[in-house]
Amino acid sequence: MNGAARAATPWRTAFGAILTKDLRMELRTLRSLPAMALFAVTTYVIFRYALDRTTLSGSLAAGVLWATLLFAAVLGINRLFVAERDEGGFDAIRLAPIDRTVLLAAKAAALIAYLLILELVAVPIFALFFLEDAAGLAPLVPVLLLADLGLAVTGALISSMAVNSRARDLLVPLLLLPLVVPLMIAATAASEPLLEAGGPAYDRFGLWLGVLGLYDLVFLLVGYAVFDFLLED
Amino acid sequence: MYGKGLKTLSIATVATLAAAACLVFFYAPSDADQGFVQKIFYLHVPLAIVALAGFVVAAVHAIRHLRTGDRRHDARSYVAIHLSIIFGTAVLVTGAIWAKASWGKWWVWDEPTLVSFLIVFLLYATYYPFRYAIEDSERQARYASVFAITAGAFVPLNFIAVRLAESLVHPRVFATAEGGMPGKMWLTFAVSIAGMALLWTTLVKFELTAKNASGQLKRLRRALDAPDAGTQSRIAPELS
Repeated sequence: MNGAARAATPWRTAFGAILTKDLRMELRTLRSLPAMALFAVTTYVIFRYALDRTTLSGSLAAGVLWATLLFAAVLGINRLFVAERDEGGFDAIRLAPIDRTVLLAAKAAALIAYLLILELVAVPIFALFFLEDAAGLAPLVPVLLLADLGLAVTGALISSMAVNSRARDLLVPLLLLPLVVPLMIAATAASEPLLEAGGPAYDRFGLWLGVLGLYDLVFLLVGYAVFDFLLED
Repeated sequence: MYGKGLKTLSIATVATLAAAACLVFFYAPSDADQGFVQKIFYLHVPLAIVALAGFVVAAVHAIRHLRTGDRRHDARSYVAIHLSIIFGTAVLVTGAIWAKASWGKWWVWDEPTLVSFLIVFLLYATYYPFRYAIEDSERQARYASVFAITAGAFVPLNFIAVRLAESLVHPRVFATAEGGMPGKMWLTFAVSIAGMALLWTTLVKFELTAKNASGQLKRLRRALDAPDAGTQSRIAPELS
């Protein structure tokens, strides 16, 4: 009988391992990223005709940008845990001597990476298509970062719940969209004055960044608290 | 275990609601701006407060379910959400009636409380298709509890965000609800809330008792090898 306790793998090692696995897999198979980027650009074209405008500013610009980013993100979120479910990854995580919330953290981090790459493509193209001057893009970066964090944590949580159900692709948008409404409210409200025609303004910018931060914090805590129960057999 | 006290509770509910109705129609003064129409406030706001409190109660039961694994807490959580959604529908309908009567439009986007409530309602309405989509019943109960907790944490966040999104210049239309109420209105309001809370609790208890009874019946049928009466809902948690 082995009396010595086996040391559990440290959190950081497990996190790094799962994150690199995911990023490497995405790089090799390119399942989500091209689709997300293409979807975003095509949606811009649709918006150009739906709104019958060739330039956007203020609230319309913020609305088009964030709606597009959100729906492109949903595409990525749908596919987040599929490999785990199909190839037995969940069982592997349960058997491994690690803290199970590592999986949620690693998946959320991977999703942040995908969103950042998406935005590197989608936001400049948005500026190219619709904005008259790109001065509002630099202050948009903190908004994008905070919103990405919230979207990633919530998306990873919902995705892990939906992946084991029958109508997975339906369930993710259904559950996710009401939950990210406060995030979207804050992101669009922060972006709207930045994209005004006359140059960026900073109405209540700090307040909205604060709301984004609060949203991120709440869902990080909730996700950390409940994720173990989702992985139980 | 479930049916005890149901009769007393029902009588108390009817009595309180009757008292509230009397107060609303004969005691509370008419509002200066809106007149008689304002009295729907005594129906609409208590319904909303009780519905939201019900969602929080569901989250608490969900936490207890996850901590103890006792399926009865999941049943309580399910029933609490069920009734809060029904109350929520009533909130939205009475809100629309009030909006039409006082502002001339059935729906307004610039009243933050109404919009927040709509978002919360839409979120909890997804509870049913979510449960339905998960086949394994033990996992269904667990995931539903996680959902109830997440959604419970979401409610205050949502109200903050929507409230902030309204321009601070926009007048607070529901001034009567913000502490500008005279004492008579406060009393009527308090009795109305008490009545609605009792109504919610009675209905929850009633539904839990009914589920318990049908669960016991099903167990007896199974023991006797008798054929099942009707189809049991796939998502409603069983109590047996």
